[in-house]
Amino acid sequence: MKDMDPLVFLAVFQEMLGPLLWVMVLLAVGGVAAFVALMVREGGLASRRLVRAELLGLLGGGVALVIMAKVSSSGFTDAGGPADWFLIALVYGVGALGTTVLAYAAMGWMTKRPSA
Amino acid sequence: MPDLIPTRLPDQADIPERRRFLTALSLLPAAGAGAAWMSGPTAHAQPQVNSRAHIVIVGGGAAGLTAANRLATGLQGAKITVVDARKEHYYQPGFTLVASGIKPQNYVVTGTADYLPQGVEWVQASAAEIDPESRKVVTSDGKTLNYDFLIVASGLKLDYAAIPGMDTERIGQNGLGSIYHSPQAAQATWTSLSSFADKGGVAVFSRPATEMKCAGAPLKYTFISDDHLRRRGTRSKSEIIYNAHNKAFFSVPIVSEKVRMLFEDRGVKTRMERVLASIDIDKRVATFKTPDGTEEQPYDFINVIPPMRAPDVVRNSPLRWQTGPWAADGWMEVDRHTLRHKRYPNVFGVGDVAGVPKGKTAASVKWQVPVAVDHLLASIAGKESTASYNGYTSCPLITRLGQAMLVEFDYKDNLTPSFPGIIAPLEELWISWVMKTMALKPTYLSMLRGRA
Repeated sequence: MKDMDPLVFLAVFQEMLGPLLWVMVLLAVGGVAAFVALMVREGGLASRRLVRAELLGLLGGGVALVIMAKVSSSGFTDAGGPADWFLIALVYGVGALGTTVLAYAAMGWMTKRPSA
Repeated sequence: MPDLIPTRLPDQADIPERRRFLTALSLLPAAGAGAAWMSGPTAHAQPQVNSRAHIVIVGGGAAGLTAANRLATGLQGAKITVVDARKEHYYQPGFTLVASGIKPQNYVVTGTADYLPQGVEWVQASAAEIDPESRKVVTSDGKTLNYDFLIVASGLKLDYAAIPGMDTERIGQNGLGSIYHSPQAAQATWTSLSSFADKGGVAVFSRPATEMKCAGAPLKYTFISDDHLRRRGTRSKSEIIYNAHNKAFFSVPIVSEKVRMLFEDRGVKTRMERVLASIDIDKRVATFKTPDGTEEQPYDFINVIPPMRAPDVVRNSPLRWQTGPWAADGWMEVDRHTLRHKRYPNVFGVGDVAGVPKGKTAASVKWQVPVAVDHLLASIAGKESTASYNGYTSCPLITRLGQAMLVEFDYKDNLTPSFPGIIAPLEELWISWVMKTMALKPTYLSMLRGRA
C-alpha cells in the first residue's frame, strides 16, 4: 500500500454501487442540508422531535447491522477480535446517525410550521 | 486437451439491483477498507507518452486487461492489441466462494469486452507462437502480429492430464470436486460438497507440487469443508485429511505454523510430502506419491487441484526460464522486481505466467502490472523507471464461514499488513471475511479498468 488516492475509493464505490452511489451521496448531502436548514429556521433543535428521531436512530443502527450481515453472508456474531468490534460499532453508528438526521429533518419539514 | 485458464475477472452488471441497494446501505466502511487494501499508483496520475509503437498483450485476463487499460491511459498514438480467444471474463478470487455455497455461479462470470478500453484492438484468437527474436506473435487463426513491445499475460495451464484417472467431465459426481477448473466446476464442487456434508465421511484435500495460483485456496477449502460439516452436525463422524506437498502448509513459515495450529484445533489430520499421483473416480480412491513410494487414500469427497504450468505458447518459446526452479514448467524468465524479460528487454511477463517467487493472485497482478507498464512507458520515452515490485501479494485465508485471516506478504516472507495495529494478519476476523466477500470484487474491477 503506497499512495492513498481518493480516486481509488471513488472507483471502488462506483463498481460496488453503480448509480446508487450518487443516490446515496445526494441523500446524505440532502439530509444534512435539510437538517441544518431546519435548525436555522427554528433557531435550534426541537428536543421532543430529536428524541423521537434518536429512537428511530437506535433502530436504524440495528437495521444497518442486519443488512451488513445479509450482504456479507455472515454476521456480527462472527466477530473474532477488536477490529471486528470496531467495524460493528462503525456500521451501527453510521446507520444510527444517518437515520436520526434523516428522520429529524423529515419530521421537521413534514409537520406544519408553528404559527408565530 | 488440458484446460487453459488465464488470469481473469466480472462486472457489477451481474449484481441484482436489490442486492446492490442493500450493499449501498451498509458497505461504506468495508469498501473503504478494501480500497485502502489494494490502492496503489493510478494510471491517471501519469503524463501521457506520445508514441507510434505497437504493443501486443497476450492474454485478456486480469493482468492483460489491467495492462491494456493502463497503457491506453498512458499512451497517445500507440497501437495496443489484446490477444485472447475467450469472451467470458472470470473473477477467479470468487471461485472458492461459489464452491462454498456463498455466491452463485454468475458472481464470477462477466465479459472480456466489458473491460477493454476504447481504441484497443481485440484479436479473438489464442496465441499459438511467440517469436521474440523476430518480434512477432502468431495467433491460432494464422494471423501474424508484429510488435515493438510485448506483454505476456497468458495465465497458466491447469494440467489435469497429468493426473491419470482424472476426468474433468465428472466433476460434481461421485464425490469429485475441483474448484479451479471453471465457474461450472466450482458450482458442481459445491453440489458435491453439500451432499457429502449431509452424510459425512472422509474428505481428502491436497495441493500440487508445482507453482500454483492462490496457494491459500486448498487450505481455505479444507477449513470451509470442516465448517459445513460442523453446521450439518456430521463433523464427529467425519475425517478430514490435508495432504501437504512438502514439509510445510504454506510458503511463508509464520503462516504455515499458524495453519498447523488451526488444523490441530479443528481436528484436521495432516500428511506431509504427499502429492496426488492418480485417482480412481469410480472406486473413490486417490493415490499419493510419498517419499517412500505411494499411498492410497479412499475418500467420500475430494477436491482435486491439478499441477499448474506455463501455457504451451510460453513453454515452447524462448521466453521460458532456461535453468533453475521455474525452467521445468516453462514459467517466463522475468526480473522479479521489474517483470521485464531478462533476455528480451522489450518483453514483459505479468500475472500467473511470470516466473517469480510467490504470487499468482489478483493482488500480485495489482502490484505487478503498474510496475511493468511504468518500465515499458519509460522505455518508449527513452527514460529509466525506478518502479520496483517487492513481491507483495495477499490472501484472505478463510478459516471458517464468516472469518478469515488477511495474510499479506512479500518475496522475503515478511508479513506486510495493510492495516498494522488494526487488522492482525494471523487473527481470524470477521472484517477480513467482509473484505473478501464485499470489497474485493469491486476493487478487482477497478483494477481491471486501471482505476485502482
